[in-house]
Amino acid sequence: MIPGPSFAAKEDAVISIRDLKFTYEGGVQALTGVSLDIRRGEYVAIVGGNGSGKTTLAKNIIGLLRPASGTIVVRGVLASEQKIASLARVVGYAFQNPDHQLFCSSVADEVRFGPRNQGCPERELEGRVQHALKAMNLIDVKDKPPLSLTLSARRRVSIASVIAMDPQVLILDEPTTGLDMRESDDLMASIGGLNVEGRTIILITHDMKLVAKYSRRVVVMSEGKVVLDADPAGVFSDLDVLLRSKLVPPPVTRLAYRLSAIGVPREVLSPEELVFRLMVARGGAK
Amino acid sequence: METTPALLLRNVRFRHGGSKSWALDGVSLEVHKGQFVSVLGSNGAGKSTICMLANGLVPHAIKGELQGTVETFGEDVAKRSVAELSTRVGMVFQEPESQLFCMSVEEEVAFGPENLGVPREEIKERVEWSLELVGMTGYNERSPFSLSGGQKQRVAIAAALSMRPDMLVLDEPAYALDPLGRIDLYRVLRELKDRHGMTVLLAERDAEEASLYSDQIVLMEAGRVAAHGPPRNVLRDTKMLASLGITPPQICEVSALLRSRIPGSTFSFTSVDEAEQAIVDEFTMRGRRETP
Repeated sequence: MIPGPSFAAKEDAVISIRDLKFTYEGGVQALTGVSLDIRRGEYVAIVGGNGSGKTTLAKNIIGLLRPASGTIVVRGVLASEQKIASLARVVGYAFQNPDHQLFCSSVADEVRFGPRNQGCPERELEGRVQHALKAMNLIDVKDKPPLSLTLSARRRVSIASVIAMDPQVLILDEPTTGLDMRESDDLMASIGGLNVEGRTIILITHDMKLVAKYSRRVVVMSEGKVVLDADPAGVFSDLDVLLRSKLVPPPVTRLAYRLSAIGVPREVLSPEELVFRLMVARGGAK
Repeated sequence: METTPALLLRNVRFRHGGSKSWALDGVSLEVHKGQFVSVLGSNGAGKSTICMLANGLVPHAIKGELQGTVETFGEDVAKRSVAELSTRVGMVFQEPESQLFCMSVEEEVAFGPENLGVPREEIKERVEWSLELVGMTGYNERSPFSLSGGQKQRVAIAAALSMRPDMLVLDEPAYALDPLGRIDLYRVLRELKDRHGMTVLLAERDAEEASLYSDQIVLMEAGRVAAHGPPRNVLRDTKMLASLGITPPQICEVSALLRSRIPGSTFSFTSVDEAEQAIVDEFTMRGRRETP
């Protein structure tokens, strides 16, 4: 067994990517050789600066873009041999801008559209719709037109309409952009619930505080490649790679770096943890 | 007239046409010339409305009921056209894509002054000046759409600067930027203020950078001003910030937590540098006190 999370193809990998390359028309090389395994039930953050290839990778996984070379295996079958519709049964993708996917006259219709289109039997349909509405806290607004809702609610509708198709893996592209603290916390709590019910979550973001708070594994992308793959503490302690990837550790982690002389470990992820470590260090010094 | 504020709001109420609730519900606020002021609040707290009052989009383009006094540089906004105001107040929006539409960076930055009929020679000078201020010299011929998010936002700022405004108003300008892009953007704005005396007014949801670069912070809650003052004072009460739906800056949280854990302490740092010094001092001081 080769150590490290992303080298050996894992048996429980729901998505296995090998040396994936993709070039946009016009010559921009967006992916320059991505290899990555995502295991069933994981909560993975894919982070990187603007233009690092995060969204391009997601669009390749769901078959919206087709790679120039390399392979993507989704649940044991090459993605290149699957239609977008059949990939969508396994991997759901919620767009960065929810308005790109909303078009129905009520929230419930919007959520019903995907599974019905997939040929989901009517007897199963309402159960799926109810579950998705409940999971994303949308029961109260289910009869309203989606475009009349706030950004935060529209984003929840777009995620609910993906969940209704019952995908094993859910890719969320910058789900908290434009949301305020409460909206963001509520949304992340709902997403946590989806992970608890067994879904694999892939969170695409460049919000480092969000990563520190919610993900258990962080994949850092830069110039179309994976440059780091570790837990949040491991990623935030590698300042060089982060800066080269246009990322900055959260301020509290940067402060912890400076306080290592007085016994604070470098990989602190929250203000509470920093203060706890400080108090412990002081207790020990007495 | 040194005392004329760049922006003055007195008892301002505004509601959108057809809306029953007030987007701004009795706001009084002064932004002084040369200050860097950040307006923080949750979605719907009224941040954007304040930005749009400053450049006259409210009430000129966005209709509704406006009460109270709104003046930019001593002039009643309601009595000036948006075009007149645009030479004094430059506006930058959340997403640069919504603002950029030309084939080259140069055309983009020249667009405003061209529309004002500024002579060609002077336009050329203004373009070079604006690009230099935002660190984009030499990008003249590039297509705005080939640039990174952070670069696009800087071009949008340059396009506002080429009108030679006295005040820049930015509505969540770092919205879609990566962490380094955010920091770069704030540095550019701070430099505009420090070197060129630019008045900067910006709306933000995330207090992290605003706490480091602003002279004054305005906290909004449901259309009213909840607090206004220097970052150190306003951001000290992290519980209040959270109750307003504003994520407190992490360093301010550390400061507040330490105050509660160490009786008699008075930590009020806002930056990593200040925090490092205060914490190291506290530890060595304690060390001395506790040594018999």
